[in-house]
Amino acid sequence: MIERFQYDNRIVKNFLFITILWGVVGMLVGLIAALQLVVPALNFSEWTTFGRLRPLHTNAVIFAFVGNAIFAGAYYSLQRLLKTRMFSDVLSKIHFWGWQLIIVSAAITLPLGMTQGKEYAELEWPIDIAIALVWVLFGINMFGTILKRRERHLYVAIWFYIATWVTVAMLHIVNSISIPVTLGKSYSWYAGVQDALVQWWYGHNAVAFFLTTPFLGLMYYFLPKAANRPVYSYKLSIIHFWSLIFIYIWAGPHHLLYSALPEWAQSLGVVFSVMLIAPSWGGMLNGLLTLRGAWDRVREDPVLKFFVVAVTCYGMATLEGPLLSIKFINSIAHFTDWIIAHVHIGGIGWNGFLTFGMVYWLVPRLFGTKLYSVKLANVHFWLGTLGIIFYAIPLYFAGFFQSLMWKQFTPDGFLVYKNFLDTLLEIKYAYWLRALGGSIYLIGAFVMVYNVVKTVKAGKLIANEDAEAPALEKVKVTGGHWHTWIERRPIQMLVFSLIAVAIGGIIEMVPTFLVKSNVPTISSVKPYTPLELQGRDIYVREGCYTCHSQMIRPFRSETERYGEYSKAGEFVYDHPFQWGSKRTGPDLHRVGGKYPHSWHYYHMWDPTTMSPGSLMPAYPHLLENALDTTTTRRKIEAMITLGVPYDPEFPAQANAELRQQGEGIVADLKKAGIETSSDREIIALIAYLQRVGTDIKAKPATVATAQ
Amino acid sequence: MLKFIKHHMDTIGGIGIYPVISFVIFFSIFCIALLYVWRARRTHIDHMASLPLVGPTDTNGSNNHANQ
Repeated sequence: MIERFQYDNRIVKNFLFITILWGVVGMLVGLIAALQLVVPALNFSEWTTFGRLRPLHTNAVIFAFVGNAIFAGAYYSLQRLLKTRMFSDVLSKIHFWGWQLIIVSAAITLPLGMTQGKEYAELEWPIDIAIALVWVLFGINMFGTILKRRERHLYVAIWFYIATWVTVAMLHIVNSISIPVTLGKSYSWYAGVQDALVQWWYGHNAVAFFLTTPFLGLMYYFLPKAANRPVYSYKLSIIHFWSLIFIYIWAGPHHLLYSALPEWAQSLGVVFSVMLIAPSWGGMLNGLLTLRGAWDRVREDPVLKFFVVAVTCYGMATLEGPLLSIKFINSIAHFTDWIIAHVHIGGIGWNGFLTFGMVYWLVPRLFGTKLYSVKLANVHFWLGTLGIIFYAIPLYFAGFFQSLMWKQFTPDGFLVYKNFLDTLLEIKYAYWLRALGGSIYLIGAFVMVYNVVKTVKAGKLIANEDAEAPALEKVKVTGGHWHTWIERRPIQMLVFSLIAVAIGGIIEMVPTFLVKSNVPTISSVKPYTPLELQGRDIYVREGCYTCHSQMIRPFRSETERYGEYSKAGEFVYDHPFQWGSKRTGPDLHRVGGKYPHSWHYYHMWDPTTMSPGSLMPAYPHLLENALDTTTTRRKIEAMITLGVPYDPEFPAQANAELRQQGEGIVADLKKAGIETSSDREIIALIAYLQRVGTDIKAKPATVATAQ
Repeated sequence: MLKFIKHHMDTIGGIGIYPVISFVIFFSIFCIALLYVWRARRTHIDHMASLPLVGPTDTNGSNNHANQ
């Protein structure tokens, strides 16, 4: 019996348009952040410093641009692959508006400094809950659609969507667990090494399951569509899927090589990262070879051009990723701009170009017309490609050479570049070129906006597209292969995917949580004083971790420059950990006691007074703003709940001790000719900076304790 | 509360077993997947590969491609 029904194109259009809007906004914020690195004056105000804009940029391009592109492509392909309308129009709408509301709240709270201080997971707990809820609604809508399908078997793209949904849900929930202090402030449930492991298990798999697997699903649908031929090897796509999701989930620790993470966990991450080359390249070749016999069309069709470069960038990024996981290469590339170049090959190459190709393919079809200008789409293609090249190549150079400068010794055994800033100023040219590359790429995006607007004006939205298909007969299917059995059963597919990804996470993390010997305790390491804790929260709020690491690796070049290498036991009270992943400024783990209070005071007021030529933003507002001490008690109580050993009576006395310590710093500043009062934010920040990494130097008896 | 389980066990014998478990799990899945695609029927694979290309007006009943 043939059934007639309609595909919902309006929801696809909404997601597609908002993808373009947030894409342009996110890239623009990225460009501003890039320019701030060369012209510190562009930091403008306390709400728009690099430390706050950089999380805004990453969140906007990952969750707003790529996220909405996933939803647009998934809502279009799911309906067609399953031969049915989406399960519920209402759920589709709630999903759409809920997601945009989350993005808007991110755009407001991140500049306000509300952050959990963990990369790509900065959003505070109320927004985290909203994300989980909207994600669940998306899941219900997707599985509802799958259950009412008119096609018995699930195409491989849908497996990728299912794996994406289940893994992102798990990652988001596990990594976001925190103790709320106020509406806009919470502490990560985990501390130090454990927090780092959970965060990078999340961070790496956010790349894997938010930026990669859903886009592979889109590739497996839209590339055959655009090329008008089936995927090169469906068998390969099956191998691709299962190997990819089973391997990816283990690879997280490669973000923490040479860190204080236990050695066995690091090695596990390396091995699985190297193995990742195989399925990734299997997928890339499967995509490229789909075009066999259609290469002549790649010359004329901008959609195919975008897809070819996107898949090629996927191949480059997934070759580079495993290479970067090899410890030797990692020792050079980590903390440098090499990594920034690497992620942008993935971001603007793979995600960006696949999205652009999808936009050019979808918009004319949704509006029942032809693309306004193929020529302009080609212009966009070339601008985008040039943009990628201008963006990435200077940063590869910069990263490599800065790392060599960090490690360069004179014949007498002293550092050639004693001052970190000198190595940064050497690569300033690359930051200019990168901003140029970003600008070219962004201009290309504007060309697309014009082209899309013109196309939309020429056509009319086919909001409900007529379709018909035979009803799925309720035949009892017996026999067949076990895998075809899975292909017919989405819920089992969901369960198997969950098991696949959960085993990896559990085996990686549980031993670190359970085994005391994995995190050797250091008796002289004590909890932060109330003032230091408040100062640490300012450090987190200002996003200092976006440019400064707190993780000295056990290399001579690092111990010579910064001091004793970092030990796992030093971070046991750090909720959240602040190891960082990029050094645009020097490591700060041994900054405590390195400079007088007055140095920090002037440096925060205007960094160039202490470090001529410094590219760090100025933070004069820290000298003006009063410290909010109403939260001190609740913060200490939250820390006690998390297992930090303060006395039970301590929360009540916390503010008294805070003032006392602040007065001490004020008195010291006065000797240096600085008049200020103890209730300013700068005092708390100085207290924290002077404490960082000093505990292991102190003899247990002389340590200033919180008690 | 995490603090109650965090240091519950002071030692764990043979931590090396964890990487081995992880490898065994992956390798088994990989072999099963290989075995499957090797034994899968051509008609079924062709049907699956053609799914994105089937237009909405396709009414030849190919969606019920049973038992494959």
